[in-house]
Amino acid sequence: MDVVFKKPHALTDAPLHYCPGCTHGIVHRLVAEVLDELGVEGKAVGVASVGCSVMSYNYFGCDMVQAPHGRAQAVATGLRRALPDGVIFTYQGDGDLAAIGTAETVHAATRGENITVIFINNAIYGMTGGQMAPTSLPNQITQTTPYGRDVNSAGFPVRVCEMLSTLDGVALAQRVTVDSVKNVKIAKAAIKKAFQNQIEGKGYSIVEVLSTCPTNWGLSPVDALQWLRDNMIPYYPLGVYKDADKRDNMKGDKE
Amino acid sequence: MQDLNIVFAGFGGQGILFSGKVAAYAGLIDNKEISWLPSYGPEMRGGTANCSVCISDTPIGSPLVTNPNVLIAMNLPSLEKFIDEVEEGGIVIIDSYLIDKKVERDDVRVFYVPATKLAEENGLKGLANIILLGKLYKECPFCEEETIEKALLKCIPPKKAAMLDFNKKAIAIGRTQ
Amino acid sequence: MADKVLMKGNEALAEAAIQAGCHHFFGYPITPQTELAAYMAKRMPKIGGTYLQAESEIAAINMVLGASAAGVRAMTSSSSPGISLKGEGISYMAGSDLPALIINVQRGGPGLGGIQPSQADYWQATKALGHGDFQVLVFAPSTVQEMVDLVQGAFDMADKYRMPAMILADGMLGQMMEPVVLPEKSEKEPIAKPWASCGHKGEREHNIVNSLYLTPNALENLVKERYERYETIKKNEQMAEEYLTEDAELILVAYGASSRVAKGAVNKAREKGLKVGLIRPITLWPFPTDAIKRAASHAKALLTVEMSMGQMVDDVKLACEQKLPVHFYGRTGGIIPTPKEILAEIERLMA
Repeated sequence: MDVVFKKPHALTDAPLHYCPGCTHGIVHRLVAEVLDELGVEGKAVGVASVGCSVMSYNYFGCDMVQAPHGRAQAVATGLRRALPDGVIFTYQGDGDLAAIGTAETVHAATRGENITVIFINNAIYGMTGGQMAPTSLPNQITQTTPYGRDVNSAGFPVRVCEMLSTLDGVALAQRVTVDSVKNVKIAKAAIKKAFQNQIEGKGYSIVEVLSTCPTNWGLSPVDALQWLRDNMIPYYPLGVYKDADKRDNMKGDKE
Repeated sequence: MQDLNIVFAGFGGQGILFSGKVAAYAGLIDNKEISWLPSYGPEMRGGTANCSVCISDTPIGSPLVTNPNVLIAMNLPSLEKFIDEVEEGGIVIIDSYLIDKKVERDDVRVFYVPATKLAEENGLKGLANIILLGKLYKECPFCEEETIEKALLKCIPPKKAAMLDFNKKAIAIGRTQ
Repeated sequence: MADKVLMKGNEALAEAAIQAGCHHFFGYPITPQTELAAYMAKRMPKIGGTYLQAESEIAAINMVLGASAAGVRAMTSSSSPGISLKGEGISYMAGSDLPALIINVQRGGPGLGGIQPSQADYWQATKALGHGDFQVLVFAPSTVQEMVDLVQGAFDMADKYRMPAMILADGMLGQMMEPVVLPEKSEKEPIAKPWASCGHKGEREHNIVNSLYLTPNALENLVKERYERYETIKKNEQMAEEYLTEDAELILVAYGASSRVAKGAVNKAREKGLKVGLIRPITLWPFPTDAIKRAASHAKALLTVEMSMGQMVDDVKLACEQKLPVHFYGRTGGIIPTPKEILAEIERLMA
């Protein structure tokens, strides 16, 4: 019998702990498929961040390091410098990457640190139970913005790809989502390019994946995907914000 | 040899740390116990600078000299800061071209050397510090005769090797004062 | 034997680390340790190593974490306020059983404090460098030569026991120049690190460097295992210099910069016929309790001298089990006590 679908080698057998409908599982699979296809699992070292994905160190089959909250890209920098031939990636949520780890993110990017950053933006703190994230939308209700995010006091969301696309060290800054087969394919291509860039020594590549958090959004998985389309994509347009292989792409290549 | 606890003091840029280093290296070459401790921090950026140098036959305890038996002062604030702390019978060498003040204490040996002027007159701009070191050598030979040049060689970076002769001349001028 | 050179403590530390096989340095500028980083910036590119000026102290220690997780010798250096920022990363490294060398060239605190030499981070270094149950190895050199001599051992012990090591220096030791004989490049093969996350090459299970244990029993067992290691260290690795203690009635206890001054005071007291000695802890953790206990068995009193309001004195009291009075003399805020002051205290206590 032909095998037509199987778990990527770069995913372990450990059962994922993610909530039903959470898109972490899809993104894990995409990363693992890319590691398989590029044949780099054996020299890859992933950095798990603090947040829902902290236990990704159990799921990815490559060597893993768990970083303090916000420090994944500093840890990845240390790994990068110690392992010149390694394939180094971080897997981070929005609180980790764009709040407590903003400095690490911006500076790894501007150094052109030759790493791959997978950034899960679901506009909320998942693991701690649904607090406002740096990427929570204006008026979004969370545990710590019970009346909706008031931009007058809580400020505005951070658009990470747009911000990082201004930095010379960035090779790729692309925002994708995984709400449909088509978008999953685009996301995979982006992740693959982000790893290929690293292998070719092109510098810092970040793929931001707009993701859902049905549990903390208080929506069914299907409704959560619709909420993402209706609310997140308009605020965080999908597209390539920087691709060092192409010229003139600083303003985004909107789809 | 008597323990030497020297304070070199002046403005940043006068070569205070450098002349201290030459004295320390001289001690090292003669197999003495030595230490060199600079003042550091914001005050070094154009403000007062000083360094403590200890030369001894026995291991150095505190490298911070609070009661020097030699004070080399290259500006008034430094003289005022340290003059009362100099040990009785100690040596005080003053750049009298920059400090227009006489020392009132009569229990220390004070030498007034217009070092900055001498340096300018002899084409040794910036080497007043070394002229004063030469004077110290005359009053208190802190190392073997041939050691001074060796110490200068250690302290002058290879890129500035041409400075050696100027430094030697500055020492010589100091020793005539 | 190699020539004696005149070198600043900060620079000597850096060169010693390179000779010990550390080719990865991550740091952030802070007085009074800057020469260390500057030296690394000059040397590392010439030997194919990494000098990286991080965006923050926090990033620097986490770069060390990453490099150490990959299995290489890595280090960072800072001064007191910067070490506070590194506390998080050090706790994670201890919790992940990662070796590394951290240099603290102490200055006065709390807060921004001052930039002059201090020993007010003793508690931080030996009791609470970060959250959780853990220790780091803490070495307290008192000369530039000893700074150099302790570096290789600090790396070796950190690797052997899989824990961070700290050299607790201060602004005086970092800034001063003394004659020093630099070590030869270490020929020792570094110990194998089969736990490192450096790419499994398809040859083994994946390694995970991690400090997260959500099951209380698992975490307790791990911490207990770590504490068994700590007990071995306490038993085998205490280091202290005992100076004129045999017949001493009053024994001073001082480390680092203040021990130099204390030794000067002991010598002056001896000239006056006073029976005074000195115990100089070289490891602060493990604390040399054995040396203190020996002293407690025959001396009449102890006098702890520190450049702080009195921190190590707690450990001295614990070690001597209240068998004799333990006095304290300290200056703080960046002031180095003078031998005269300490001698006066000795005379007061022995009168």
